[in-house]
Amino acid sequence: MSSRDTILNALRRNAPPLSPAPRMPEGITYPDPEKQFAAAFTSVGGEFVRVPDYATLNVELDKLPYYTNAHRIVSLVEGVGTPNVALDSIQDPHALEGVDLAIIPGEFGVAENGAVWIPGSALGSQRAVYVISEHLVLVVAADRLVSNMHQAYERVKIERPGFGLFISGPSKTADIEQALVIGAHGPRSCTLYMVGP
Amino acid sequence: MTDHAAKAAAFVADEPRTHWHDQALWFVRLKRDRQAASIPEWEALRTAAASIKAHTLSRLADYLEEFERNAQANGIKVHWARDGAEHNEIVYRILSERGATRLVKSKSMLTEECHLNPYLEARGIEVTDSDLGERIVQLRHEPPSHIVLPAIHLKKEDIGDLFHEKLGTEAGASDPKYLTEAARRHLRERFMAAEVGLTGVNFAIAETGGVVVCTNEGNADMGTGLPPVHIACMGVEKIIPRLEDLGVFTRLLARSATGQPVTTYTSHFHGPVRGGEMHVVIVDNGRSAILGNEVFRRSLSCIRCGACMNTCPVFRRSGGYSYGYTVPGPIGSILAPLREPEKYGTLPFASSLCGSCSDVCPVKIDLHHELYEFRQELVRKKVVPWSKRFGMAVLGFILARPWLYRLAGKLARWIVPRLPRSLTYARYNAWGRQRELPAMPRESFRDLIRKESA
Repeated sequence: MSSRDTILNALRRNAPPLSPAPRMPEGITYPDPEKQFAAAFTSVGGEFVRVPDYATLNVELDKLPYYTNAHRIVSLVEGVGTPNVALDSIQDPHALEGVDLAIIPGEFGVAENGAVWIPGSALGSQRAVYVISEHLVLVVAADRLVSNMHQAYERVKIERPGFGLFISGPSKTADIEQALVIGAHGPRSCTLYMVGP
Repeated sequence: MTDHAAKAAAFVADEPRTHWHDQALWFVRLKRDRQAASIPEWEALRTAAASIKAHTLSRLADYLEEFERNAQANGIKVHWARDGAEHNEIVYRILSERGATRLVKSKSMLTEECHLNPYLEARGIEVTDSDLGERIVQLRHEPPSHIVLPAIHLKKEDIGDLFHEKLGTEAGASDPKYLTEAARRHLRERFMAAEVGLTGVNFAIAETGGVVVCTNEGNADMGTGLPPVHIACMGVEKIIPRLEDLGVFTRLLARSATGQPVTTYTSHFHGPVRGGEMHVVIVDNGRSAILGNEVFRRSLSCIRCGACMNTCPVFRRSGGYSYGYTVPGPIGSILAPLREPEKYGTLPFASSLCGSCSDVCPVKIDLHHELYEFRQELVRKKVVPWSKRFGMAVLGFILARPWLYRLAGKLARWIVPRLPRSLTYARYNAWGRQRELPAMPRESFRDLIRKESA
C-alpha cells in the first residue's frame, strides 16, 4: 500500500466521532476603523500617513528620506513615485537585490492589527519584491478598511494558482534577548499612505 | 532516558541566568495578556478554534484528500510520508533530482522532529536555517530551546561571541541591532545562493489547496520568492477546512505566541513562483496513532504558539533543553511520552499542575489535565521509578486508614525531631534538598480543634 493510503486509512480508523463544524464568532468592530488601523499599524513599527489624493501622496513621498535617498525604485502603483526599475523586464528575481524602495498597492487594510492584504497579482511578475526591497511603501484607499480578520477573509480572493499575503509593518525580529530590531531580512521601514477624502 | 529533574538541575545551577530566563519569558506572557485583553471576544475565539480543530480531527482524512485535490489543481506536487525517514528521503530526492546542494529553510519544527538537517548534511547538502534564532542555534550546533523563541536561553554576549567567531563581527560586540545586521548580511548571501527553499506550514487550507506561513522576519518569503523550488513540510494535523477558519487562527496565533496583533507576514502559497515548482510533504510520523488515543488526541490541535511554555513556571525556570525533546514545555510533555513513554516518562511530572498552560492555550487543550492523566498512565505502565511507586503505595495505604494516619502522625511528631540531620536530609528526601522541613508541632490539628471545641 502507498504511504498515502496507509496514512489515510490509519487516520480513518482512528478518527473520533464526527464533531460538528463550529459557528464563527462575531469579531470586534470599531467606531472609527481608520483611527484604530493607524494606531495598530504604528504599533507594529510602521509609519502611517494620511493623504487626500495621489497628488498629495507624491508631494509627501518627496519628503520621505527612504524615497529621496533611494537609487533603485519599483512602483506598482501607477502615477505614484518615479520608478526606474521595471519589474516586467526582470526575468530572474535575484536581480531584485539592491532595490532600495518598492511602492506596492494594498487591496484593503485590517483595523484590529494593521495588516494589509496584497494579492499576488498586484506584485507583478516577481512576488519577492515586497520582501527583498530595503524599504517598502504601501498605498491603501481610505474606504478600503475592515475591522477584523473575519471580515478580511470574506474579502480575500484567493488566486489559484497564485499567492497573496498580509503585511503588517516592516520586517522585524526579537530573537536576541527579546530586543526588538526592525529590518531582519526584509524591508527596514514600511510607510503606508492612506489615500482618500 | 531523559531525566527532566537532573537536566533542570544543571540549568538552575546558574541562578542569575535562571532568573533572567524566567523574566524574559514572563515578559512575553504579559505581552500576550495585553493582546488577549484587547479583543472582547477572545474566549469565543478560543472556543471556535478548539471546535474547528475538533471537527477537523474527526474528518482529517477527508480534508487531507480535499487539500490534495485542490493543491494539485494549483500545480502543487503533494507527497506523503509515513515517518521522519520517508520525509527526509522525499526532501532529499527533490533536491538531488535537481542537482541542488544549497537549501535555505525557514522555521519548521517538523523538520527538527524528523532530524532533516543532519540527514541532508550527511549527503552533501548545505542547509541554512534562516530564522535568526534558528541560525544562532544552528551555528552553535544546538537544537532550538523554544519553538517560537529558539535562542531564548542565550544572552546577547553569547551571541556576540558566536558571531565574532563565525561571522567575523567585532570582538565583544553584543548590541542586538548590530548583531542582527550582521546576520542579515550573512543570510542575504545564503538566500541569494539557495537553489531550493523549504518552509514549515502554519495552516493548510483544504478548501483552496494552499498553505499559510507566518513569520515576522520575512525569511519564509525570502526563501520562497528567490529560489525556483519551494518545499513546504507539514504534519497531517496542520489542515483546516476553510479559508474563513484563518480568520480565527490568525487572530489567535501571534497574540498568543509573542503578544503581537498579527505576524508581520502572513503568506498564502497557492502555487509555485513563475517558472518554478512547489511541493508539499504531508507527514504522519506517529500522529495517526495519537489520533486513536481518546485521552490525548486533543494534543493534535496544537498550533505551536508556545504560550504554554512562556507561562509555565517549570519551563521558565528549567529551560527548554531540560525536556530533551523537539517540542518542550507542557505540550511537549504530552507529545514526547506519547511517542516514547520509556524515554520521556519524567516529563509529565515536570509540572506543578497549576493549570496556567490550559488557561492560555488558544485552542483550549486541557494541558494540565492531560499531564495528570499521563502520570497515572505512566504509573500503570510501571514507567515511573520503583521508589516513587513504592512511596505512593505506602502513602495510599496510610491515607485510606484514618487510625493508621493518626498513628503515623503521632510517631512522626515524636521521631522526626530526634533523628540526626544526616538522616532526615539524606539523599532519598528530594523535598529536603532545597528546603528546610517545618518544625514539628507538638500536637496535630485534630487535637487542636478538639481542645478548642471542648
